[in-house]
Amino acid sequence: MSAKKGLNLTLKIWRQKNNKSKGQFETYKISDVSTDSSFLEMLDMLNEQLVNNGSEPVAFDHDCREGICGMCSLYINGRAHGPDTGITTCQLHMRMFKDGETITIEPWRSAAFPVIKDLVVDRSAFDRIMAAGGFVSVNTSGNTLDANAIPVPKEDADKAMDAAACIGCGACVATCKNGSAMLFVGAKVSQFALLPQGRVEAKRRVLNMVKQMDEEGFGNCSNIGACEIECPKGISLENIARMNREFLAAKFTTVD
Amino acid sequence: MSKLDSKIPAGPLADKWKNHKAHMNLVAPNNRDKIDIIVVGTGLAGGSAAATLAEQGYNVKAFCYQDSPRRAHSIAAQGGINAAKNYQNDGDSVYRLFYDTIKGGDYRAREANVHRLAEVSVNIIDQCVAQGVPFGREYGGQLDNRSFGGTQVKRTFYAKGQTGQQLLLGAYSAMSRQIGKGRIKMYNRHEMMDLVMVDGKARGIIARNLVTGEIERHSAHAVVIASGGYGNVYFLSTNAMGSNVSAAWKIHKKGAYFANPCFVQIHPTCIPVHGTQQSKLTLMSESLRNSGRIWVPKKIEDAQAIREGKLRPENIKEEDRDYYLERRYPAFGNLVPRDVASRAAKERCDAGFGIENNDTKEGVFLDFSTEIMKKGREAATEKNIHNPSEQQIYDLGKKWVEEKYGNLFQMYEKITADDPYVTPMKIYPAVHYTMGGVWVDYNLMSTIPGCFVIGEANFSDHGANRLGASALMQGLADGYFVLPYTIADYLSADIRTGQIPTNSSEFEAAEKEIQDKVNFFLTNKGTHSVDYFHKKLGNVMWNKVGMGRTPEGLAEAIKEIEEIRNDFWKNVKVPGEANGMNTELEKAFRVADFLELGQLMAKDALERKESCGGHFRWDHATPEGEAERDDENYKYVAAWEYKGDDINAEVLHKEELVYENIEVKTRSYK
Repeated sequence: MSAKKGLNLTLKIWRQKNNKSKGQFETYKISDVSTDSSFLEMLDMLNEQLVNNGSEPVAFDHDCREGICGMCSLYINGRAHGPDTGITTCQLHMRMFKDGETITIEPWRSAAFPVIKDLVVDRSAFDRIMAAGGFVSVNTSGNTLDANAIPVPKEDADKAMDAAACIGCGACVATCKNGSAMLFVGAKVSQFALLPQGRVEAKRRVLNMVKQMDEEGFGNCSNIGACEIECPKGISLENIARMNREFLAAKFTTVD
Repeated sequence: MSKLDSKIPAGPLADKWKNHKAHMNLVAPNNRDKIDIIVVGTGLAGGSAAATLAEQGYNVKAFCYQDSPRRAHSIAAQGGINAAKNYQNDGDSVYRLFYDTIKGGDYRAREANVHRLAEVSVNIIDQCVAQGVPFGREYGGQLDNRSFGGTQVKRTFYAKGQTGQQLLLGAYSAMSRQIGKGRIKMYNRHEMMDLVMVDGKARGIIARNLVTGEIERHSAHAVVIASGGYGNVYFLSTNAMGSNVSAAWKIHKKGAYFANPCFVQIHPTCIPVHGTQQSKLTLMSESLRNSGRIWVPKKIEDAQAIREGKLRPENIKEEDRDYYLERRYPAFGNLVPRDVASRAAKERCDAGFGIENNDTKEGVFLDFSTEIMKKGREAATEKNIHNPSEQQIYDLGKKWVEEKYGNLFQMYEKITADDPYVTPMKIYPAVHYTMGGVWVDYNLMSTIPGCFVIGEANFSDHGANRLGASALMQGLADGYFVLPYTIADYLSADIRTGQIPTNSSEFEAAEKEIQDKVNFFLTNKGTHSVDYFHKKLGNVMWNKVGMGRTPEGLAEAIKEIEEIRNDFWKNVKVPGEANGMNTELEKAFRVADFLELGQLMAKDALERKESCGGHFRWDHATPEGEAERDDENYKYVAAWEYKGDDINAEVLHKEELVYENIEVKTRSYK
């Protein structure tokens, strides 16, 4: 039990100075990685090694390391967030890998997510979609109805919560061969579509968010379902269906 | 010494805020767009403040170091947010929430601030529900509540185990609405490097664009710091990796007093440290203590067998388990406040009963088996199942637990590879939340005119310890409902000022200082990485300024940190360039500040010769190992004034805490 074996690994990592320069894979060796370590802790070790050798460490996005902030990304051995399901890269642990393995690490690849450096990409397109309508237009004055004056059926609240659980990491986009953001947008549209608070401006919301999504260069959904499989929070394809229904209903009933 | 004027309004406690609001100066709606406000940090406090100020009509510039405001660390809060709604009709009231919070904070918080917090807590829930935050509901469509440590009512609202996430997304969506309207200018991936003061007032910041490396000047009529806590001074903590003290520390160096730096909350339910490669600790929501029973083996040989993997915890008989919280604190049991639960775990582990297989043998069990069977029986009755089998009961109970805490259980399993439905969770205390912070008056303004500090970055509402589900409450209270009023009072004098130019000598000097430091780091011929120093600091902090402190240890810590600090400035190595993303450079700036703050924390801890909340001094403990507070000599806020590079030279100012409405008592949860 107590003698845990350290892994020796070969890492093939995408290095790219900035979005103007070309990138390439670099190969690194790393040894004695504890199987209890997280994937990002393994990269910390590599970076420590690189800094000690006077080279630049690998830039990668991460923050909470609890699977909730959505900041970490990484395409690992051809899969968004790596070979485990239902988790982000920060919760991927090295016990998922074998001694002597070669691991390929790439950034999210999508035209709408340009590379900033190495494994870091720019996901601000998501923020712009949110600014186009991902909210309920209520003043932040606190002079609102008593919270219990808006009853919500438990089933609806639970479903809204399931949709709202999206962390905006972009794994869905990175996984989709069309680079579609419909799981992300569908989740937000669904959350509000399921709640009475969001109904008032539901039509405007879905039309504006979808329009912005298209302008950002995200592709369309072709119902493959890879996004759902790789989504760390299990956001369901149902949300895309609901968004499509909301969109069509809005499109054919809204007079501009 | 007039600087420490808390500006608490006169009058009865329950009317203070109302009267204060009614008499403050205002900025008329048509004048608000003549005023710029900078908000640093976009978590619950900063995000809600930015959205509200923009909605009121001010020009807001918001800054965060993450790639999106939605990533702020408030997002990781799991359990819930308190509000004195009394929806459960179990005796809750504004006064009781106020009282619990003051008591939970070990009588070291400011009475008027805490009462205001309890008052506005009610509006927070209304606001968030109106924004579409999907709080947990009962079948009748009404909001559901759970209870938390340190309270005897059910007042905690929750959104599964992701309450912080949903509240933050609420604030972020309110921000997004204002960003879309052009009322908030959002600066993602930007870090505040310094505060710029003109004529003694906060008038802007120097920021670094973390993508291009550019050093930028930004001016405003007021600066709001909402940069969160400083738990990462310990290296290992539950804070996000990028959480840092720099914004708060930079304003401290410009004249803002730093209050109660030694008050750090050690959260009782984190996943224990696995080894030396660890970078970060993960919290398991405190709400689990509602359903989990905490224990260690009664027999030391059982503890050893568990550590060696020869014995499974589920195989230890009921009578051989020591449910030490239930034993020591029968009235509150597993729901004692965080500091009490943390210390009790440490006490058992120090006595050799820890169960984790690591160097320190630190860890206790959080066991759900009793709750699974209890809830299973209840569910069977509800479903009219007569004479259910044990398996049926277990399955129904498991389903209940799954619904309530499923995501937390899954998270635990992913990290530890243990199934907590079968075998009890292993937990141990870890650094979580910092109660100290920048000193602010009742209006949330620091000792620097025009520099406001909100949320975890200030000191005012939590005292020496924080009850569960009160951090989210304070963040949103400050941002939505307090600061937007109080800042207007200050800004009303600035209507005719006009835009603040950024080409003044003050901006120039501040920018140059940062530029010089960047150059220093990148050209220093050092031998060690930034993390090397950070880990060394963390080690000293945890061992000597951690859960149990002694005067000798603290004196040693002050010296050792000073040595690490000197070594850092000589031997730190930062590769890479200035013009572009450079994560090592970002860390170097932050760790430089942690090293200074760490020393002040030890100094403050040494000065406070009492045990209080998260600050536990072995030389001030009862024979049973309970904390011994000294109200006669230490019922004050320690506010430190910067006096140059030598942290030992900082000057202590005291704000006496006056309790007019409650009796200050020994905290007992027995």
